Parts: sequence; C-alpha cells; structure tokens
Amino acid sequence: MPVKISDNDPDRARRFRDAALPYLDDVYTLARYLLRDASDAEDAVQECYLRALKHFDSYRGPAMKPWLFAILRNVCHAEYARRAHAPAGNVEDLPDSAEQVPVWQEAQESPEAQIVRRWDGDTVRRLVAALAEPFRETFVLREIQNLSYREIADVAEVPVGTVMSRLARARAMLRSAWLAEQEQSK
Amino acid sequence: MKCDEAEILLQALIDGELDAGHAREVEAHVATCAKCGALLTDYREMSKAVANAGAGYTAPLELRRSIEASLPSAQQPSRRAVLRGFAFGSAVSAIAATGLVAIVLRNDDEARIQSEIVSAHLRSLQAGHLTDVVSTDQHTVKPWFNGKLDVAPPVVDLTAQGFTLIGGRLDYVDARALGAVVYRRRSHVINLFVAQTANTEHRAAKTETVQGFNIRRWSERGLNFWAVSDLARDELADFGERFEAAMRAAG
Repeated sequence: MPVKISDNDPDRARRFRDAALPYLDDVYTLARYLLRDASDAEDAVQECYLRALKHFDSYRGPAMKPWLFAILRNVCHAEYARRAHAPAGNVEDLPDSAEQVPVWQEAQESPEAQIVRRWDGDTVRRLVAALAEPFRETFVLREIQNLSYREIADVAEVPVGTVMSRLARARAMLRSAWLAEQEQSK
Repeated sequence: MKCDEAEILLQALIDGELDAGHAREVEAHVATCAKCGALLTDYREMSKAVANAGAGYTAPLELRRSIEASLPSAQQPSRRAVLRGFAFGSAVSAIAATGLVAIVLRNDDEARIQSEIVSAHLRSLQAGHLTDVVSTDQHTVKPWFNGKLDVAPPVVDLTAQGFTLIGGRLDYVDARALGAVVYRRRSHVINLFVAQTANTEHRAAKTETVQGFNIRRWSERGLNFWAVSDLARDELADFGERFEAAMRAAG
C-alpha cells in the first residue's frame, strides 16, 4: 500500500530517511499508546511519515523526534480519534471517579517497591493503556520517550504547567492502579 | 508549602526539571509530610520500573518496508529473493569489534546500493539498534534469522582472527528486509550485507570508499557481499579474506 508522492528527489528522500527513520520505533510506540490498536497505529505512522516528508523542507528543528511526534499526534487526532477505542478526551471528560480520587489515596500502605521493580513490559503497557488520554499521552512522552517538559508542551500544544499537572494526575492514577493490583493479588 | 502544590512540584523534582530553590522547598516539605514522602518514593520507583520494563514497541517489518518503499528513491521489489541457507561447520574463531551485516538484494545498481548500505550502517550505529540478537555464538545468530528472511545470511565465527561476532539484526536496504551479521574489531563495527544474485561466478573483492566508510564487495556462490566499516582498508581486506576463506573451508 505504499503511496508514491509526487516529489521525486532521491537526495531529499535520502536525507529524510536518514533523519527520520531511526525514530520509527519511537513513533510507532507513541502511536500504539495513543490509539491502543496495532493496525490503527500502523496507518497513523504511515501517514505521519508521508506528511513529515512533505513538510521536510520546512523542518528547522526542534529535535527530529518531537517534530515527528507532533505530526503523529495531529494525524491521530484528526483522522483516527473517531475510530480509536477511546476518543480524544480532556480533563472534563474524565469519569468522576478519576477526578475525585485523591492522589494520596492509600498512601498509608507501605510501598512495596519490590513489586514495582518487577513490572514487566506487558504490565506497564496494560496499566498505561488504561489511563485516560491526556494523561496517558503526557506520561508516555515523559517516561517512555524521555522528552523534556518543554518538548512535551510543544508536542501537546499546552503550557508547561499543564504538562506538570497532567503528569501528576497520570502518576497518581498509575500508582492507584498498581496498588489495586497488589490488593487483588493478595 | 501545601500538599497540593507539592504534589505538582514533586513531578518536576523527579524529572530533574525543578530549579534549585523550589527543589529545596519541596524537599523540606517531603521531609515533614509522610503522605508526600510516600508519593515521592513510589513515583521514583514507578519511574525506574517503567524505564526498565521495556514498554516500547517495535515497528512491524511490513510498516518499515512500506514507508521505505513510499520514499521517492526506493524501488519496488520486483521479486522475492529466495536463497538457500548456508550451513557453516566448525567455529572458526574469535574476533574483536567489527560489525558485519548480510543483506539480500536483487539487482546491481551498485552506487545507489552502496550509498544505502552506508546509510544502513550509520543507522545501526545511531539508533542504538546495532543488534536484534546479541550473541557471540554463530549457532545462536544463524538460527535467529530463520523464518525472518527468505535466506539466512552465512554466519562465520572469526574470533580467532580478531573479529568478534557480536550478533545479528534485520536491516533494510533498497526497501528490502535483510539480515545483518555484526562483527567488532576493537571499537570498530563491521556490517556485512549479503544479497542474492543470478550470477554464480566468483567475483574478486573490490574496496571503495563512500562517505568516509570503506566498503569491500565480493560475490560467491550466488551471493553478493558488502562489508562496511570505518576500519582501515587493509583491516577490512583482512576481514574479507578471512571470511571468504572460512566460507570455502566450510564447503
């Protein structure tokens, strides 16, 4: 299903390939977390690279990775949000329970760090995938993609303060989920 | 400092984004507040756990090929290369630091392919993706390719000759998935690309320099080989000669 684009400049294509393809796994990872569907993610990544190539001439930075992420995010929101299993939500759309749970809930329990350390990839994927969207996105950009707050703010088009509050909420929810899981396994 | 303020600033403390003044304030609060102290501990553990869990995904081969193929210079593969696997007998020996990549290609558009090979070599060094399977044992590396490629590239142990086998990976050249066998000599990586060719004649090795990298190319038994590295010409030649000798010895 490759789509030939009209611009037929092999040198430019080569420069683009060398600059952008090393991040394919990262872009695909973000797409998987944003869309939570392997085949939707593939379509989105394909579209992202086509758009990135089209706009490659106007690329002046910042770093290539956040630039690709911003494009991917637009692709996901514009074309896939309706098909995604969880539509793009915002803080107001959250279920009441997520809003009302105090972040320090169950903090009196002794933290069982050993359990956390044993988290494997599948557990992390499952728990992160369960987060509501703006928190999931922020968390993945920070903890899995290692972007700075400034880069996350640029990708998500929100102020840095919002990045911090979303991250706080994401970590609180993830911690609650983790504690709940420990509770169940007892 | 109130807990709700600390709860936000904790994030920046964990992520190393907080200025020194605020960091001191948050630390002072955490020291006296059990709730926030527990949060800080848990979040740090979580952060570590997520980083160590390998929660990323690997893009499917088909997706990578499809994107490569959509770029203007990439040509559509005309046919699937079907190559017989090579079985190499005894381990020859140990080598130190070169990356050798084996690639299966279908035509002889030499200059373009050489340039792509250098790109693949660079990608392997840049992306932290030098090897998909890490092993110094040829009997581990070779079977790893089975089922992933039409033909498994020959994997030869050259440790005794000073070239250490460090693993293999799938790579992409000319919009095709290829096997790469990675060797190391000192701190230098050698990638060897192996491609099917219709011509079964032996073609003697030729070395060229592309973008500052040396590429040694030869043909043997219906396969084209490209060894690429930043090694000096004579050392790359040494590698190529020993590899060819080992292949011949293996029959």
